[in-house]
Amino acid sequence: MRTAHELTVENDGIADTLTLTRGVSRAEVIREICVHLEPYQTGEKPIAGDTVIAKDLTIDSLAIMDMVMELEDRFDVSIPMSVVAEIHTVDQLADTIRDLRAQS
Amino acid sequence: MGLFDRHAGLLDAYRDVRTTGYDPFQIRMERVLSPTKAIINGRETLLVGTNNYFGLTFDRSCMDAAIEAIEAEGTGTTGSRIANGSYTEHVALEREIAEFYGKKHCMVFTTGYQANLGVISTLAGPDDFLLIDADSHASIYDACKMTQAEVVRFKHNDPSSLEARLRRLGDKPGNRVVVLEGIYSMLGDRAPLGDFVNVCKKYGAYVLIDEAHSLGALGDHGRGLCEVAGVIDDCHFIVGTFSKTLGAIGGYCVSDDPDFDILRVTVRAYMFTASLPPSIVASVRQALRVVKARPELRTQLWDNVATLYDGLKAQGFTLGPEHGPVVGVHLPDRMTAIGFWRAMLDAGIYVNVAVPPATPNGVSLLRCSLCAVHTKEQLDHMVEVMTGIGRQFGVLPDKQLRAAGAR
Repeated sequence: MRTAHELTVENDGIADTLTLTRGVSRAEVIREICVHLEPYQTGEKPIAGDTVIAKDLTIDSLAIMDMVMELEDRFDVSIPMSVVAEIHTVDQLADTIRDLRAQS
Repeated sequence: MGLFDRHAGLLDAYRDVRTTGYDPFQIRMERVLSPTKAIINGRETLLVGTNNYFGLTFDRSCMDAAIEAIEAEGTGTTGSRIANGSYTEHVALEREIAEFYGKKHCMVFTTGYQANLGVISTLAGPDDFLLIDADSHASIYDACKMTQAEVVRFKHNDPSSLEARLRRLGDKPGNRVVVLEGIYSMLGDRAPLGDFVNVCKKYGAYVLIDEAHSLGALGDHGRGLCEVAGVIDDCHFIVGTFSKTLGAIGGYCVSDDPDFDILRVTVRAYMFTASLPPSIVASVRQALRVVKARPELRTQLWDNVATLYDGLKAQGFTLGPEHGPVVGVHLPDRMTAIGFWRAMLDAGIYVNVAVPPATPNGVSLLRCSLCAVHTKEQLDHMVEVMTGIGRQFGVLPDKQLRAAGAR
């Protein structure tokens, strides 16, 4: 089992009271998602919480699933494929990750 | 929105492909001459993309068995096993495949696709967990769409990635079923099966392995990767196909589970489709005898793999990670792959072209599959042709240009 100390390290020293539990800040999750999505950005509009991943970006469904695998390992959660299929926006993906972390 | 509007992106991509002159997805084999030759676009063409690993489609003994079966029992069964009954030969085929693996039970399906679709979607039910390799075949992904189990993907050929996902399930109730393939169909790479089995044992997970591309090709008896890794007893379910090494069509699943036969009344892909016709059952039974009796075919296949793989590698092509009956040649992008494929067809060599979204990690590939009865001369010629085309397309450095530049 991970200790709270290890989690703090994993969270990269971000000032966030939640680092003592399995919780992570929403901003941190969104920032991590954006790192993965940046290569698929088109035009001037920055990636934000309301970005519709499959529609506003040039990412295909397989690449979305591969990104999800990376995020799963980064945040130590598993997101079932049926749940991934229901996720449309960056916000929804971030909330799913945070909810799963809180449950485990 | 029209019915086909959602395919607009795919239609555009498909249009691009067809502007090259040929449609790789609608190639017409005007006449098939042998396991390695066909007439395509009016010319004799070398076939290096048909999964015909042992070349048994024209084996005299297999053809005779099929012809005799048609004379004796007709052309088709006209219905499913549960409606029209099993023929004696269906049951005999199942017994022989079970014996081949030393397993107690076998179910035969009308295609390999249906074997995966039916077994995987039914084995794991509500509250169970299916864990699949990210590079799984479409039949496995489609089974995941049908199952009521929770599905999680792990990184391709990465036992630690599987372990992390099994660990996260913690003490949640429900069966864990892990789905692997012996040889992956696009790049010809093998699963690290021993390591995967150890992880599965640690977490009490069932193992299902699809040996579609490894039946005949791997193992001293041709049983597949499970034989090479020495883990047949640890693979709870082994799935395979008759449409590659065995030269016909159909699929199977073997298992030692005492209640395995319940799948005959629960797997819809078995229950609600017509069973294999007598000719296919007969040729497959004979092909299995040939696989057992002629291990030299396996040796010839791997000699041919070495000729093509090592030949292409020496010329500088980027290939799949290891020798395999499938040799995947990486090309930089979709249009180069299509153009390269077309140039090869013009030169009289047929391979498969594989482009996103059908490929892992968005790669574009020429997918070559070897046959035991390819000759070394044919494959040496193929390496020469591909090297020439590779230089024309700038995939390989042009030696003369480089020499001129150095002067």
